[in-house]
Parts: sequence; structure tokens; C-alpha cells
Amino acid sequence: MAQRMKPVDAVIVGFGWTGAIMAQQLCDAGLSVVALERGAAQDTSTGFATTFDQDELRYMWRHKLFQNVAHSTLTIRNNPGQTALPMRHLGAFLLGTGVGGSGVHWNGQIWRALPSDFRTRSHNIERYGAASVEGLTVQDWPVSYADLEPHYNTFDLLCGTSGKAGNLGGATQPGGNPFEGPRSAEFPNPPLTYTYGPALFADAAARTGHHPFPHPAGNLSRPYTNPLGIQMGQCTYCGFCEKFGCGNYSKASPQASIIPYVLTKPNFVLRSESEVLRVERTPDGKRATGVTYVDSSGAEFFQPADIVVLAAYQLHNVHLMLLSGIGPPYDPATGKGLVGKNYCYQTMANIEVFFDDKLINPFIGAGSHASVIDDYNGDNFDHSRLGFIGGAYIAALVTGGRPIEMTRTPPGVPAWGLDWKRAAAKYYRRSFNLSVHGSSYAQRGNGLDLDPTYRDQFGRPMLRMTFDFSPNDVKMSNYCADRAIEIAHAMGVSAVKPKRLKTPFDIVPYQTTHTIGGTMMGATPADSVCNRYSQSWDVSNLFVTGAGLFPQNFGYNPTATVAALAYLSAEAIKTRYLKAPGALVTA
Amino acid sequence: MTLSRRWLWAALLAGTLLVAVVVVTWLDAMAAVRDTPGDPPPALVALLLRPIADGPNAEVIRRGRALTVAGDCVGCHTRADGLPFAGGLGIKTPFGVIFSPNLTGDRATGIGAWTADEFARAMAHGIGRGGEHLYPAFPYTYFRTVTRGDDDAILAYLKTLPPVRYTPPANRLVFPVSLRPAIALWNAAFLPSAAVRPNRSPEWNRGAYLVDGLGHCGVCHTPKTVALSDKAGEYLRGGKLDHWLAPDLTGNPRTGLGRWSATDIVEYLRTARNARANAAGPMAEVVTYSTALMSDADLASIAAYLKTLPASPEAVAVAPDAGAMRRGAAIYVDACASCHLADGRGQPRLFPPLPGNAGLQQASSTTLLHVILAGARTGPTPARPTATTMPSFAWKLTDGEVADVSTYVRNAWGNRAAPVGGDDARAMRRALRLTDAILPRPR
Repeated sequence: MAQRMKPVDAVIVGFGWTGAIMAQQLCDAGLSVVALERGAAQDTSTGFATTFDQDELRYMWRHKLFQNVAHSTLTIRNNPGQTALPMRHLGAFLLGTGVGGSGVHWNGQIWRALPSDFRTRSHNIERYGAASVEGLTVQDWPVSYADLEPHYNTFDLLCGTSGKAGNLGGATQPGGNPFEGPRSAEFPNPPLTYTYGPALFADAAARTGHHPFPHPAGNLSRPYTNPLGIQMGQCTYCGFCEKFGCGNYSKASPQASIIPYVLTKPNFVLRSESEVLRVERTPDGKRATGVTYVDSSGAEFFQPADIVVLAAYQLHNVHLMLLSGIGPPYDPATGKGLVGKNYCYQTMANIEVFFDDKLINPFIGAGSHASVIDDYNGDNFDHSRLGFIGGAYIAALVTGGRPIEMTRTPPGVPAWGLDWKRAAAKYYRRSFNLSVHGSSYAQRGNGLDLDPTYRDQFGRPMLRMTFDFSPNDVKMSNYCADRAIEIAHAMGVSAVKPKRLKTPFDIVPYQTTHTIGGTMMGATPADSVCNRYSQSWDVSNLFVTGAGLFPQNFGYNPTATVAALAYLSAEAIKTRYLKAPGALVTA
Repeated sequence: MTLSRRWLWAALLAGTLLVAVVVVTWLDAMAAVRDTPGDPPPALVALLLRPIADGPNAEVIRRGRALTVAGDCVGCHTRADGLPFAGGLGIKTPFGVIFSPNLTGDRATGIGAWTADEFARAMAHGIGRGGEHLYPAFPYTYFRTVTRGDDDAILAYLKTLPPVRYTPPANRLVFPVSLRPAIALWNAAFLPSAAVRPNRSPEWNRGAYLVDGLGHCGVCHTPKTVALSDKAGEYLRGGKLDHWLAPDLTGNPRTGLGRWSATDIVEYLRTARNARANAAGPMAEVVTYSTALMSDADLASIAAYLKTLPASPEAVAVAPDAGAMRRGAAIYVDACASCHLADGRGQPRLFPPLPGNAGLQQASSTTLLHVILAGARTGPTPARPTATTMPSFAWKLTDGEVADVSTYVRNAWGNRAAPVGGDDARAMRRALRLTDAILPRPR
């Protein structure tokens, strides 16, 4: 039934950040590569040019760049005792679609995890005892910070990351993040310039004994040409990054940073509007033979390939693994199985700050335009008597002043009417937000599996998410929010409006799109779905990229780590797998 | 989508008829910025770069390929979504559509059966294999200076192309242009005799040979008479075509290449951009498929030759209206400064600088209006793969605003060029079929 396509060396499912990185790496190694992207083709000029990009209604509220839940969604519940229902409107997370994926509409926050973040279980047990991880299913990563450092660096060069190093080869640098792991090189571009809000926070944080530094930014502080010859522009602080594309070529994204290069490769083919239904395997199940996909007319195709790379968004990768029957599916009720295990999120709180006597003008913004402190992230502070592990960075993140999304009023102001209007008008220019961006540690009751009831447009069972914040993460978030409130007062605010973590997890208010886990990497097939090279333990010619590889989530935005893992995987494929196809780690 | 770059042949009718029924199916100019991320077709550039295996004839074939690239043959002989060199591109002209023939080695539908003599006759005299006249959309008026050895090499290369069995559609031309013998009259009147070149350095002569021969630069860059033959004495001073102005290439410091170094010219032709300008419109395509793939020596020769062209005369200065300048400055800040920056310096090689920009200061505002209304796209090249794009402003700026901001950028920062009127903007908007693009505004 399915039309059989010409075999290729590698087929890549999904063409966002990691799909493009894998395509670039494998094409440069001489492999023939086909990328299948379920969404439409889009580039800067056709999708989000400067003349119409800054349109909050179209992009943010009408979801121009996001997954259409009428075509594709998942069911959600808070615990295994509930019946999950389909998410019929996007809310807590905003999944992208189309060429470039969610890399089109991100903020460009380019973080490296802490060295200790890669040893979440061992590190905390060593320092705080076994009780510290009780109730959590946290695991160590099979890679270290040092393993990923060169690949983080490659991604920084690709993006032209703007920032200030705090640790160069072990030597602490003034002005940077003193807690970060050692960098092999300074950022490719200097930090963005603070407007008043981030400057106020940096000053108050320093006065209160913290260590503020500029947020590492994929919004470029100056024009830049990356190692692939791709040119990027200087950020104009237009304030439309997150939920928007960038019309100025100044936000690192697949379109702005890598796709133009990949498209010049004669051994590369991109097929957009091609949605993969499943990975096909040999009768013994040990090798992938390719993927079956449908195009937008509904015609079905089989694309044979020697290597299959799942590079869709984390939730879709997990879904495809489950639908293809690869690996033991996780059951959140019993804690048995692996595919779908350790689903985690990001634990967010926001502290809104208001000033009667200061004009912040937040409409001058950028996705990563912030001063940050990392004093309460990961294990940068003593957790001995705190009753939780993990942490959060606190950022005076002034991403913009989008009027619908970002009109704030102080506590005590009614939600409508004349008083609301007066306060909204007064504080639009006199407020901003402190983001408390925290870790999310796995617990047994959370997970992803196939829904027993609801089916998608192709008749496949929907993915089912079972998730709630762990008691550990609630404590962590509240502790870090309290620290943010203290610094807010040191800024001389006239009012503070804390928006603490709400439990149970609610899909309605936007929180973050950092959904992670479910295809986690680990040291053995007994505790993970993939090995340290993102290679499936069960199917050795199947590689899975993305944040699904994370065993749990650290307090940072995941994209740079996602990219670094893809580079690590590509390097192993090029230098080892192609010479001797098979398992790269002996179980 | 098709982009008419070769309508010199239309001179046929202009030279022999007083009145013609003008069947204009103008290109929708927006097509230039609607390209999908899939373009350029990687297969096309890849084919032009594919190594040619060693063999008895390899040197000739390699030379033929370099010459074929210099002539940008693929530009016209490949249709959208078609195979390279298989022809079928509909070249739209005021007199109908002419479809480019198949140049692949297929014996039945391509040029597989052509002899070297037949090919050389076509290149020099515009005579087809069966003795029929070819329309001067095929620029034999330029190719006639190509040496017989080079003709033979080009044919040798074309015969190595994978044969494609494909017959382009029949031309759709109005009478009497549809009668090929009429071309003989135009040839008699306008076909130039081979130019006598002064004997200068080999590099200069090579540059002249490329510019006036295979490069056929004058098709676009030399102004045309009403008969669409080259205007005497205005060699490479800038010509209009298809709602673009191919700019002045003489040594004029304001409108031409006077301020460009030879290195600037080479960088532009190699990468589609330099510190002064980005290649847009039809030239973007020429760079992507032709000059970006040429040898360093040939680009240096072209630059050396162009740098010796005497400057065109200075245009008479007309002081712009102070009100238009004031309004234009305000529009500039709102609409243009995010990329070109408040002081106009832009972000060189990405968003071109505007002070001293020759393209802005042409006598005619055609290209400027075209770019503002329809947008523009810099050609992707192996060295610079980003096809940076300027979006269309047709939907958000009125004709008056387009005119004011045009006047402003043509006269700010020491620039000087004739002011632009709302009528000019309106005419361009009509020509580009963008009259419906404007959004109604609250009053």
C-alpha cells in the first residue's frame, strides 16, 4: 500500500534544531539524508518577516507557529488514579510545528547545565545522604559536563551566543556566572546591553551578596557569521522572541543558523508536510528498516534507511517509540518499563515587580535579555536543612512588552473595570517579571504512555501524560521564590506580586514548553532507553535526539544541552558507527 | 515562476512594426520573495559543481562547463521544478511567452544530435539546427563574440549532461512575431558587428570577452532603444527590464562602480554581497547560478575590465522637498531602521548600508520602488548560504509614504538623486500587481 521511496543512508524524523544538526553532520560526512517534517516549510521571509512578525494576536494568541491540537494532541491527567482527557487548547506548553520546530519560537536562552547536574543521584547522595533522593526516581546521566563541553561550544559558535564567561578553563572570570562549569572559550559575542530592569536587578542582587551576570543569549549583540558561513544580524530588542519567529536574522534558530547551509547539500532532501506514523523494523525487531509516513494528501510512503533518527519534539519522539513498540513501555502505576519513564517538566514561579517612581519600558526587550543569579540553582547552595534538592536560576528577564500578555497590575487591583484600566496604564511601563526557573525531578507516578481511549487523526492511540509536581519541587520552587522576593525588595519596588508554582499541575496557564524525559539515556539497558550516544538499546540503528534523553530536568532551559547531545551522537555515528554498525555501548 | 531577463528579442517587433498588440502577462514580482526554503534547487548548483572524471576529453569538458557557468545557461534553460538544462522556462515578454529549449544530451528533444558546426552557427548567428531563426531571447547578439573553440567546449560539456526526454511547450506569441523569418529583418538592422578591442592586458581582454560575450551583461545593463537594441554611447550605463533597473556599471562614483574596488566587485560576484551592496532581483539569480561558481581568475578579469569603464555623466541635482524628507525620515525610523539602522549604515553583507549606496542613487528609482513594494532576496552562494530577505512593504505603506521614504534614502547621508513622486510608486505598485495588497487604515 505504502509507496516505497528510494533508500537513503539516514532518515531524520522532524526538522527542528536537532534534525537540522544531525542532517548537517551526516551530510558533511557524505551520507545521503532525507528529513521528514510533519509541518509546513517556512523561512524568515515567508514565515515571520519584520513587517508582520511583531503581531501578538496572530502568533501568540492564535498560535500561528504552534501545533494544531485539532490535528495532534495528547491526553493529560495528574495521577494514575484519574482518567486522562485530551488537551483541546494549548496552554501550559506551546509545541511548535513546521520546519524549524519550536526552535523558531523560542527565546534563545542558551544554558549549559552544571557539572553536578549530570550526577543528580550520586552527587546528592554523596553530599546529603540517601534520604535526599527518597521518593524521586532521579538518575545519573551517562555523560559528564566534560563530555559535552566541546559540543556546547560548537552550539555556541553556531548560534553566536552573546554572553560573558564566568569560568574559562577553571579560572573564574569577573562579570560571568561563577558557578558554571569550565568553558573552553569565551562566548562568540559580548552580552546584550541591559535596559533599566535587568540593571536594577543586577545592582540589587550584588548588594545582597549574590553574583549577577548577563543571561547567555541567542539574541545577537552584534552581526555575526557562524562557522557554516551563515550570517546573522544584530538584535534590535523588538521584544518579540518567545512565541514569535525573528525577522531580523538575529535570534539563533534553525532557519537563521543552520538550515540554509543544509539546504545547499546535494545529498540532502527535505520533505515537509510528511508525518511519520511509525518506525518499521526487521521481523526480529532488532533493526529499523525505515519509517512509514503520510503526506498532506494522505498518501502513505515507506522511506527505507540504514539509520533512523527520531528528532521530533520530545513528546512526539516518545509517542513514536511507543507506537512502534520499541523498548518496554512505562506504566506510571507500577513503575515498570522504561519508554515514557521519568517524564519531567520545569518548575516555574514568577515574581512580578512594580515601581511607582521608575520607568522600566519593558517593550525594549529580547528573549534572553536578562540579568541572572545562579546562587540558588542546582547544588550551588547548601541544601542540608532545606528538605529538598535542586534549584532555580532567578532572572530579571525582560523579553518584551507584548500588550495582551504582559500588562501587569499590582496586588489588590481588580481584574476588570476602571481601576484595572488605570493600573494597567500606569504599570505597563513600570513593571517587569523575575523568572524563577527551576529543576524538575522525576517521581514514580509521572510518565508517558499510550492512552487506552482516545485516538489521533490516523487512528493511533494518543500519547497520555501523567504528571504532577513532586513535593520536592514544590519546596524547591517556594524557597527560590522567597529569595527572589527578597531581592525584589532590595530593588526598591513599590509592590511585589508573587505568582508561585500552582499545584496540581494545570494545563491552562502558560508555564514553559520544557517537557523532557521518556526516552532517557543511561548507563545500562536496565535503567534507560538510550545509551550515552542517544542510540536505542533495543534497535542499534535507531538514534533518538531531544530532551527526551534527559533522566530529569535541571534548572536551566534545555536547548543547548539537547543540541550538545545531538553533536555527541553525530560524532559517534561518524567516527565509530559508520565503520562498525552496531551497538556503540556494550550492555 | 519565471523571471524575464532576456527580452531583447522583442526588438524584432519594435523594429518592424509601429503598433503591436501588447499581451502582457507580467511576472508577479512577489514570486521573487516567495521562494520556499528549498531553493536554490541543490541539484542544480550541485550539478554545476560535480567533479568531472579524468578522461581523454576531460579538459575540454571542464572548460566547457566553466564557460556554460559563465553564460548562466541554466538561468533560462531550467524551468521551475524541472530538471537542469531541460528547458521549458516560460520567458514572459510583451509579445507572449517563449519557452527555452532543452539543452541536455537527449538526441530527440535535446542537443544530442547537434554538430559542432550547427552549434557554432546558433551561437554566432542565431540560426537553429534546421536553419530557422532563433528569437534573440537567446542572446546570440552577445554570444557571437565567443570563440569557436569555446563554442565547441560548451557543446562538449552539454552533451555530457544526463539526457532528459522533454519537449518544451510551443511558444505563445502574437502575430507577426510568431513568424520566425521576421527576425532576419531585425538582425539586418541591429545585429552588432564584432567589436574591435584595443589590445590591453590579457586580464583586461579576458574580462571584456566575458562581459560582452558569454556574460551578456549588456542585455540588462545597457539601456535600450525603442527597438530594444543597445543605445549607442550608453554602454553598461544601466538598463530597465521587468520593473528592475540593472544599475550603471561604469566608473561613476555615485551611480556606478566608481567607489568599488576590484576586490569589492569580485566579492559581490562570488558571494552575492559585499560591504556596499547585496545582489537582489534578477542579479541574485545570476550570482547564485553563474558568477559565484566562476574561477577567481575570471572574476578578477571581469572586475579589472569593469574598473576601466569611463564614468557616465553626472545627473543634474534636484533638491528634494523638505516636507518629503521630513516625512521620509520618520517612515525610515519606523520601517527601515531595524535592519538598516538609524544612521543607515546597515549591517554590511547582511543588510546593505545606504549612505553612498549606488543602487539607491540611480537616475531611475525603479529598483528602489520594486524592492520596497515587493521585497527582495539576496542570492544564496556556497560562501554565504543565507538568502537574507527584505520583506514587502506594499501592504503597510501607502504610495505617498513609499515615495517619501524613497526620496529620503536617495537624499539622506550625502546621497543625491532625483526625488520620487507618489505617481511613480503607484505605477510600480500597479505593474507589480500589488494594488490590492495595501491594508485599509483607520482615519
